[in-house]
Amino acid sequence: MASSAIVGTKVGMTQIWDDARHAFAVTVVKVAPLRVVQVRTPERDGYSALQVTYGFKQAGKLNRPEAGHFSKASVEPGVGLWELSVEDVSGYSVGQQLGVEVFTDGDLVDVTALSKGKGFAGGMKRHNFKGQGASHGNHKKHRAPGSVGACATPARVFKGTRMAGRLGGDRVTTLNLKVIKADPERELLLVHGSVPGPAGGLVVVRSAVKAAVKGGSAR
Amino acid sequence: MNPTDLVDVESLRDDIPDFAPGDTVKVHVRVVEGNRERVQVFQGAVVRRQGSGAKETFTVRKVSFGVGVERTFPVHAPTIARIEPVVRGHVRRAKLYYLRERYGKAAKIKEKR
Repeated sequence: MASSAIVGTKVGMTQIWDDARHAFAVTVVKVAPLRVVQVRTPERDGYSALQVTYGFKQAGKLNRPEAGHFSKASVEPGVGLWELSVEDVSGYSVGQQLGVEVFTDGDLVDVTALSKGKGFAGGMKRHNFKGQGASHGNHKKHRAPGSVGACATPARVFKGTRMAGRLGGDRVTTLNLKVIKADPERELLLVHGSVPGPAGGLVVVRSAVKAAVKGGSAR
Repeated sequence: MNPTDLVDVESLRDDIPDFAPGDTVKVHVRVVEGNRERVQVFQGAVVRRQGSGAKETFTVRKVSFGVGVERTFPVHAPTIARIEPVVRGHVRRAKLYYLRERYGKAAKIKEKR
C-alpha cells in the first residue's frame, strides 16, 4: 500500500531541461488543496484510507446525505469524494489540508486514471495484431485479424479470443514514474513521462508500491 | 495560451534573435568532450520552424562535402550557446523542403531586400 497519495487533474505535457542539459518529457498535474473528510482506520473500518475532497460546491447543489456528511466532519463541501489507500493514517486528521508537498523531488509515484476512450477498435489497434499483407493479391483484408479458430473440432470460437471491440476508457495505472518537481507554491506536480487519460482528466497519484521490488531489494 | 505555459516560462530563453525559414544562421552548439566543453558552429539555411513554447524546434540545412546535412534544435535548448543570423532570405513558403531536391545554384535562396 502506498505511504501517501493525492488527487489532481492532468494539465498536459511539455518538456524541461535539467542542470545537465538533458531534456525530459514531463506531465503537469495540478493539485488543488485537498481536505480530509474522513479517516478510515483498521480498528473501526477494517482498513486504512483517507477520504478527501477538493474545490467548492454550492450548498444548494448538495443533496441531504452529502450535506450531512460534510457538516458532520465540519469540512467545506467539495466537488466530490475520493478514498485514498494509505498505509498509516495515524498522522492524518479530519479537516487537514493536503497538497503536492506530500511528495518531494525524485520520488517514484504510480499514477492511476481513466484512459482515453477509443470507441470500437479493430484488432490491430486493440491487441497489436500484425494485420495482413498490403499486396500479393490481398483484397479488402489489410487490417483483418485472420483466423479465429480451427474447423469441425472444436466447431466453435474459444472464449476470450482477442477480437475487435471497445478500447480505452479503462482504469489504467502507470507504475514508477519519477517526480521531477513538486511545486507547492503553484500547486503543480511535474512527473517524468506520460500519464493515462486526457488533459483535464482526474488522476490519482500515490507513492510507488512496487519500486522496491523493481530494484530487487525487497525479495 | 497553452495550459502548460506556466511551466514552460522557466525554460524559455530571452536571448533568441528573430529568425525565420530562409534565413542563414550560425548555430553555436556546446559540445562536451570528456570533461572539456567547446563550442561548435553549424551554419546553414533554416528550412523550418515548428511547435510553440518550450517545445519549439527549428531545422538548419547545409551541404557538407556534397552531402546534405540537416540538424534540428529546440529553440530554447540550453545546449545552444548562441544563434547568430547571417543573411535574411527571401522565400515564399514556411517549410523549405524543396531545397532537398535541388543542389548548386538552384538551391540558392535570394537575399531579402
